[in-house]
Amino acid sequence: MNSEIDRNKLHGQAGLTRQSLFDQGYLDEQFVQLEELQDDTNPNFVEEVVTLFYRDSARLLANIEQALERSPLDFAKLDDYMLQFKGCCSSIGAKKVKNECTQFQEYCRAGSSDGCTRTFQQLKREHSTLKNKLEAYFQLA
Amino acid sequence: MARNSPVLRRRRPEGIDGFDPSQSDHSQQAHVLAVDDSLVDRKVIERLLKRSCCKVTAVDSGRKALQFLGLDEEKRSGVDDLKIDLIITDYCMPGMTGYELMKKIKESSALREIPVVIMSSENVLARIDRCLEEGADDFIVKPVKLSDVKRLTDCMIRENRSNNKAGQFYDRAM
Repeated sequence: MNSEIDRNKLHGQAGLTRQSLFDQGYLDEQFVQLEELQDDTNPNFVEEVVTLFYRDSARLLANIEQALERSPLDFAKLDDYMLQFKGCCSSIGAKKVKNECTQFQEYCRAGSSDGCTRTFQQLKREHSTLKNKLEAYFQLA
Repeated sequence: MARNSPVLRRRRPEGIDGFDPSQSDHSQQAHVLAVDDSLVDRKVIERLLKRSCCKVTAVDSGRKALQFLGLDEEKRSGVDDLKIDLIITDYCMPGMTGYELMKKIKESSALREIPVVIMSSENVLARIDRCLEEGADDFIVKPVKLSDVKRLTDCMIRENRSNNKAGQFYDRAM
């Protein structure tokens, strides 16, 4: 596989998979920025960043999970943790996950425990879905 | 003689791709110090800078940045001729924020000439204004793009060419 991602040449299943990730809103423009940083000297850059993201986010999500078990909830702390996590999502172009982060932060500011808990479950689902889709994509690309 | 002539390259093996070799005291690649507590962001900013032909040192805290710069009271880095051309730091970091780091740098007579750029995922106008008023040379809203870094490095080249060390290099009119 060419280390340079020439989107015009990425045909077949890989190209379609990649396009669908954008069309369905899983990824945004920042992912393209990462692709543009990949070249012969860094042939696996995108996959490396995504791997790093999933490793790092496991830790951040665990912090949030723990904080959600407290009673009463410390919304300021939750908001803070989520800001960190959202930053990472933003850096790799994880659009849907990032939207859930924003939603979660809104519930924090509204002081809604229920909203936070529900949104967090949705967030984890999106996080996991994206992981599977990207893994499948990297197999093809 | 062409800027990228082989003769110039042989004389200056440090490599100056993308940089103007006719600069008198900046014959080497720009050395950028990147400060960010996020592993992902550090990897990305490092790649962005290297792609823009900079040498990069990336650290994960303000404290480590100060140590590297030789400003930490307890740990002197011992590198007297350390030449940093730009410091780019995240705003939100545990311990010392990017803002606090910037203030410390600007308060140091040895380091205040080094341009400091602050990055933040939060696009808060009040924060941006405060940073710029208090000494930051530029502010980038994350996620950082290649065009953001290119703008910074272009400013650095222009700054070096005009030999104008005074004042901000951030040209707001751009």
